[in-house]
Amino acid sequence: MSVAPSEVELPESGERTKPDKPWLTIVWNDPINLMDYVTYVFQTVFNYPKPKATKLMLDVHHKGKAVVAAGARESMEHNVEVLHGYGLWATVSSDS
Amino acid sequence: MDAFRRTSGRGVRARFDAPEAVLLRSLIEQVVDLLTDPDAPPPGTPGTRAAPETPGPSGTPAPPGPAGAIGPAGESLDPGTPGVPTVADLEAMLGMSGTAQAPEDPALARLLPDAYRDDPDAAGEFRRFTEQSLRSAKQESARIVLDTLPADGGPVKLSGEQAQSWLRALNDVRLALGVRLGVTEEFEEQWQELDPVDPRSAAFEVYAWLGGVQESLVQALT
Repeated sequence: MSVAPSEVELPESGERTKPDKPWLTIVWNDPINLMDYVTYVFQTVFNYPKPKATKLMLDVHHKGKAVVAAGARESMEHNVEVLHGYGLWATVSSDS
Repeated sequence: MDAFRRTSGRGVRARFDAPEAVLLRSLIEQVVDLLTDPDAPPPGTPGTRAAPETPGPSGTPAPPGPAGAIGPAGESLDPGTPGVPTVADLEAMLGMSGTAQAPEDPALARLLPDAYRDDPDAAGEFRRFTEQSLRSAKQESARIVLDTLPADGGPVKLSGEQAQSWLRALNDVRLALGVRLGVTEEFEEQWQELDPVDPRSAAFEVYAWLGGVQESLVQALT
């Protein structure tokens, strides 16, 4: 659990990553949530295509965590609220 | 159980045997109980400043507001001492009962996790404003399972929206049970190492079965 990556990768998406996006939604690995379920939640909540949702799920599983979204703080807090509704272990973090 | 399958349209269907339905309903009800906050403000006033409903000392009668008509609004008051609200009651009336503290029970803490990992102040502030609605949303998902799963088993037909509620509620049951059992990534090994007569072995079997139900629902939806 201590091998979380030190570098912060913004998710690869079609949208441009702008410098004024200082907040992140992070999902942490846990031993209970099913891999297919986590992928499905990423597809449903973020409307990500399945390959991207699967890659993020595998990052969570193998690296211990993944940045699943970046943007305004309020938007990230909303994400975390929704993800907690689905039972994922999600947190908001400033990109620093 | 017959696994979940897609129906025409966006819905899904499955069939549960009677013992499975009894078991699942019992687990769901336990999660509803776990999520019930004894200090919660009355329904309909989350996070708002509700005026105290007890009559003031000047004898002013409480206004006959609609609150009493919306279910158990007054029941958070200690029934043993009418007119003498507890500190928790007062906080609820002021809309302050959204606690900033993470639950002590690890299973409940897993259902209602901190939103900030290394910032206790931000985590507390977020919890204060969102925990009640998260509890309510989870209980609502659980109630939809109870409403759509016949008590003596049988067919279950779900709309796409109901299926989402089932997914969340099944996951909450797995989270609570998984935390209670101390499940790790090596769940299969943990299970095999238990003596078959160990009561935890039966609980692991239930946990594995719940995973299968959820997996089948995810597959039907994708």
